[in-house]
Amino acid sequence: MTLTERLREKISQAFYNHGLFCASYPIPIILFTGLCILACCYPLLKLPLPGTGPVEFTTPVKDYSPPPVASDHKPEEPNEQPEWYVGAPVAYIQQIFVKSSVSPWHKNLLAVDVFRSPLSRAFQLVEEIRNHVLRDSSGTRSLEEVCLQVTDLLPGLRKLRNLLPEHGCLLLSPGNFWQNDREHFHADPDIIGTIHQHEPKTLQTSATLKDLLFGVPGKYSGVSLYTRKRLVSYTITLVFQHYDARFLGSLRARLMLLHPSPNCSLRAESLVHVHFKEEIGIAELIPLVTTYIILFAYIYFSTRKIDMVKSKWGLALAAVVTVLSSLLMSVGLCTLFGLTPTLNGGEIFPYLVVVIGLENVLVLTKSVVSTPVDLEVKLRIAQGLSNESWSIMKNMATELGIILIGYFTLVPAIQEFCLFAVVGLVSDFFLQMLFFTTVLSIDIRRMELADLNKRLPPEACLPPAKPAGRPARFERQLAVRPSTPHTITLQPSSFRNLRLPKRLRVVYFLARTRLAQRLIMAGTVVWIGILVYTDPAGLRTYLTAQVTEQSPLGEGALASMPVPSGVLPASHPDPAFSIFPPGASKLPENQTLPGELPEPGAPAEGIHDSPAPEVTWGTEDEELWRKLSFRHWPTLFSYYNITLAKRYISLLPVIPVTLRLNPREALEGRHPQDGRSAWPPPRPGQGGLWEAGPKGPGTAQAHRDITLYKVAALGLASGIVLVLLLLCLYRVLCPRNYGQPGSGPGRRRRGELPCDDYGYAPPETEIVPLVLRGHLMDIECLASDGMLLVSCCLAGHVCVWDAQTGDCLTRIPHLGRQRQDSGVGSVLEAQESWERLSDGGKGGPEEPGDSPPLRHRPRGPPPTSLFGDQPDLTCLIDTNFSAQPQLLEPAQPEPRYRAGCRRAQASPGYDFSHLVQRLYQEEGMAPVHTPALRPPSPGPTLPQAPEDEGGFPPEKGSPSLAWAPSADGSIWSLELQGSLIVVGRSSGRLEVGRGDVCAGGLWALLARRCSQPLGLQVWDAIEGTLRCSSEEVSSGITALVFLDKRIVAARLNGSLDFFSLETHTALSPLQFRGAPGRGSSPTSPMYSSSDAVACHLTHTVPCAHQKPITALKAAAGRLVTGSQDHTLRVYRLEDSCCLFTLQGHSGAITTVYIDQTMVLASGGQDGAICLWDVLTGSRVSHMFAHRGDVTSLTCTTSCVISSGLDDLISIWDRSTGIRLYSIQQVGMLGATGFSVF
Amino acid sequence: MAEGETQSPGPKKCGPYISSVTSRTVNLMIRGVVLFFIGVFLALVLNLLQIQRNVTLFPPDVIASIFSSAWWVPPCCGTASAVIGLLYPCIDRHLGEPHKFKREWSSVMRCVAVFVGINHASAKVDFDNNIQLSLTLAALSIGLWWTFDRSRSGFGLGIGIAFLATLITQLLVYNGVYQYTSPDFLYVRSWLPCIFFAGGITMGNIGRQLAMYECKVIAEKSHQE
Repeated sequence: MTLTERLREKISQAFYNHGLFCASYPIPIILFTGLCILACCYPLLKLPLPGTGPVEFTTPVKDYSPPPVASDHKPEEPNEQPEWYVGAPVAYIQQIFVKSSVSPWHKNLLAVDVFRSPLSRAFQLVEEIRNHVLRDSSGTRSLEEVCLQVTDLLPGLRKLRNLLPEHGCLLLSPGNFWQNDREHFHADPDIIGTIHQHEPKTLQTSATLKDLLFGVPGKYSGVSLYTRKRLVSYTITLVFQHYDARFLGSLRARLMLLHPSPNCSLRAESLVHVHFKEEIGIAELIPLVTTYIILFAYIYFSTRKIDMVKSKWGLALAAVVTVLSSLLMSVGLCTLFGLTPTLNGGEIFPYLVVVIGLENVLVLTKSVVSTPVDLEVKLRIAQGLSNESWSIMKNMATELGIILIGYFTLVPAIQEFCLFAVVGLVSDFFLQMLFFTTVLSIDIRRMELADLNKRLPPEACLPPAKPAGRPARFERQLAVRPSTPHTITLQPSSFRNLRLPKRLRVVYFLARTRLAQRLIMAGTVVWIGILVYTDPAGLRTYLTAQVTEQSPLGEGALASMPVPSGVLPASHPDPAFSIFPPGASKLPENQTLPGELPEPGAPAEGIHDSPAPEVTWGTEDEELWRKLSFRHWPTLFSYYNITLAKRYISLLPVIPVTLRLNPREALEGRHPQDGRSAWPPPRPGQGGLWEAGPKGPGTAQAHRDITLYKVAALGLASGIVLVLLLLCLYRVLCPRNYGQPGSGPGRRRRGELPCDDYGYAPPETEIVPLVLRGHLMDIECLASDGMLLVSCCLAGHVCVWDAQTGDCLTRIPHLGRQRQDSGVGSVLEAQESWERLSDGGKGGPEEPGDSPPLRHRPRGPPPTSLFGDQPDLTCLIDTNFSAQPQLLEPAQPEPRYRAGCRRAQASPGYDFSHLVQRLYQEEGMAPVHTPALRPPSPGPTLPQAPEDEGGFPPEKGSPSLAWAPSADGSIWSLELQGSLIVVGRSSGRLEVGRGDVCAGGLWALLARRCSQPLGLQVWDAIEGTLRCSSEEVSSGITALVFLDKRIVAARLNGSLDFFSLETHTALSPLQFRGAPGRGSSPTSPMYSSSDAVACHLTHTVPCAHQKPITALKAAAGRLVTGSQDHTLRVYRLEDSCCLFTLQGHSGAITTVYIDQTMVLASGGQDGAICLWDVLTGSRVSHMFAHRGDVTSLTCTTSCVISSGLDDLISIWDRSTGIRLYSIQQVGMLGATGFSVF
Repeated sequence: MAEGETQSPGPKKCGPYISSVTSRTVNLMIRGVVLFFIGVFLALVLNLLQIQRNVTLFPPDVIASIFSSAWWVPPCCGTASAVIGLLYPCIDRHLGEPHKFKREWSSVMRCVAVFVGINHASAKVDFDNNIQLSLTLAALSIGLWWTFDRSRSGFGLGIGIAFLATLITQLLVYNGVYQYTSPDFLYVRSWLPCIFFAGGITMGNIGRQLAMYECKVIAEKSHQE
């Protein structure tokens, strides 16, 4: 035993034990594994969440200086500063936060007045800022010198050219809407329109122009007609290139002086640095999305292979969970040991999954489900694990090796990838062994339980045992096998998978799981959720309020909301749509205090004007920029082609500016059209409802209604589109012409269930094997043509069965013996057969064991034991009638028959005379033993008698010699076509018989013809009549092929004989028996009972193989022989020319298969199955199939089915050579064969 | 003696769909078209990967950057991939050894993912020098072949394709049709043959997988007779 084998055994043993362990304690193991996963993932909490959100760092304003560049990075305080905080920032941003209100409010004021005059003050402020000059000892310094000078906008932003500054300081204010021109502003009749003209119409997450210029989130600006607080706030944003503390300080002081904020509590103490990660653009996203699509396709195609389990999707989920959590564990472990991931996780993730792969999981599943189903679950898991242990370990070692090689590329990125992959692989292995195996065991157990519940009725439907007339020995046989090992119950779905087209399977799956309905339901729920969420009065505002208060970067949380743009106009962030100001429930500091400062003149009017808003400054104003979109600054800078990716900006503390305007100023600033406008002054609603004058609410109401209608219409439309889409999908998936056979992709075959013709299958397929009982000894040979099944047992009995119903049609009890007995018992037998046949006619399916001839006849020892190795005996017969053909010639009604006989006679040219003598000496009893009586003709065959007597006069005297019991030998091979049976015997005899179920006294005929002293004998069979037989070579016939009109016999000595069979209708009285009752398959030639069959030798290949030929098959004009000399040979049928000699097996060939598609499969004693291409003679694939001989082999278009001495039936995928299923047979399958139709 | 007339195929009952699918030319065309589009798609995506080194935040014209390479590149790649994808099964058939190693779609998907990964590595990973990059990619390509192909014909064809494609690229660059930013192998980058080799293997893998359907259908048809 080599080291490898020992290792292999060890591993297998370890896996076996592990499998037992896993299946024994599933729940504790799963819990343990879950804990392990959680523990390993715990370090992940410390990692920043993957994503592109900006990161902040705060430094005090005092003594601030830009951090040094990376080269002189000081190591003493590594943990205090983030690693990106090196070098100067891209820009310093100074926001001047203006809060402005008209105070006191007057009832004559219009809604426009709330913001018109406050906005107009922006121009004044901007001018003040622009003109600010710092004069000190070092000279004068103006804004132009310290601010960030911008150049052109990007070419794609032409439409913003007038609104954003170009070629100068980057200074933004609401005044930019009017080109910083006060006249423009005053001339503008529709301020709101101007502000909103560049707002995108769809839901968007990035900063809009309005946000940019106002510098505050839209809903805080207060520039709205429907706002209740008459407080307008905006910022003037200044962007500096350099940090000049003195200039900034002077600017701050001046503005605070000019516009004091009395109750301002802002502490301008800290500088916030915001670092932006690399932003992933759409273009960057495309390869990423592609890799993910490929990944999902891979997962899909992989998990689709899981089969024969209780919950396919559950296992697929478990597989994916295994891989994903192993990746997470890998990252977690790496983090734990101090390795920080620097790679972009999202990018390398698909590759990691692909490297780790799902293969092992699938292999495990397949291996476990292919273990015998009647074993205990524990044992099945253990066996499955141990079967695949070696390959799993080998794969793992290979992958680790490859990855280790990758580690030595010394490229940091690849090294990191490899490290993750290695840890991932190991943790994946760990999870497979513990988690997945356990899940699998639970699944298998569930399946078993379900099977138990499901299978009981079909078991009851098995053909009930007949207690009444059953003979004792069959009872005994049953007692030997108390369980019913023959009932192989395949998982129905798997069997269907073997046959159905994929497309139909998808549809079945959809139908079975009601996937479409569920999807639509889920879609509806999501849809309703979105509606509720985005409803103006609904959840979204509330959530936004919640989220913005919690998250540091308010709008960022909303950015990922998966609302399809363009579908929901209701979610438009435009404040014009927000009928109920969202700010109502938040910003309590800004809200009016109840009962405070009521307007002096107002109460008399009965109109509740809200009190003038108290302009307050709270801490939340200090960092109002946090409520901006997190893309606010990147967007702004990207307009000037400055990227903030991987860089940072510094935000200076805001400068608060409070503007108080009195109503007179507001009135002065009014545009002439404002008065004519229909907008009434805003009024506070009661309880959040809008109730007011006749005009205003009308428009608003109409507005809202339209929104609702829009939503409804869109919903309807998208619903219709969805339905149409599904319809199209259904059309594509389903063939339009169900009913036509052959319209699918050609996978339907003869003999399939009728359901396939309608493209529909019953949900369950039960397969209960028919048990054919009737043979007393082991079955030696088996042949079938789909309709009939012929079997032969060691005792020499040949039974013909109806393959559909399992009835025994005919029984030919020990051919040799019958001939031997023919003289004595033919009358009795004929009568018995009459009885039997009439019984069969009356009583329907005949119980196989009831056949009287079998039971009545005393059973002798198997003839092979004594005489099978005495080929001379058969030759004896030849010598005896060697002179007969000439005599027969004039009287013979079938000239060809005779000619063939003569040729067959002539070809071997043996001298048999001495053999005869020897036989007589050795076995002197033979002539005595065999009565020399001429068989009397029973009634039904009487009409034949004259012809027969005329035809074969010499046989009268000869039978004693011709049919010695030893002459026949045992049946070594058997073939069936149409209704003809060909039997090859160990004695070298070839017998062609015919059989149909028509009545008739064939026994007499049989007896007579059997005794005719010709080298060829035509046997009238399935019923049991010999028509023709040929025995000119002494070597036993080990294999037979009967194809169309050819018979090829392979002999023990390695030679091949090619026979040609001819039939022609004999004008005999037998015709009255009519057509055969049992039809054969349509393509094979019919041999009616009255045909005369002639068989003659056409070719002989004297030395086809060095050793005995064990297997023989023919199809498509080719003949394949397999021999014990480890080779196969391919012959042409017409001229018996050898085309190829195929070498590849390391043992004797035991079985071959060839079909019309020229696919050749062979199985040998080495347990291997080889697939060959007959056209080229090359080996296509090689599978190690069985432990022990491959006993039988057959192919379908997609599968190879094999059985072996290890009592397994394995089903292989023909193209890939992968084992699909294997079925354990408990019974003695070893020596028998099978065929598939 | 009835010698030749022993096998008379029964009348075929094939619907128009089956006969059209089983007709070899139609099948060939379908496969060619599928391969062409796969090639075009991969060319676009991978080209984008190569171009995208410094991405701006919101590129004004994303669509333009997708098609930023010359218009003829995707069709050329598509045609080449169609030719390669058809050539592989064809050569397999002529050599008489249908490729049977890992013939499943999941394996093909894995192969494509690895191919994209190789491209990704060539575009994104910073290597010290070109030799290292090329050697790494060569090792990866060979690994790709070993993992998913393992046929000598596949290897030979891949080498041939790599050689031919590199030659064509050299000629194109020589004639000034386009150029590489930092050529280190005559006029092109030295990792180009590796990419071509891996691409050839990948497309061959897809082509073989597609061809399997033809084999199956034809086998079915002949079996029906």
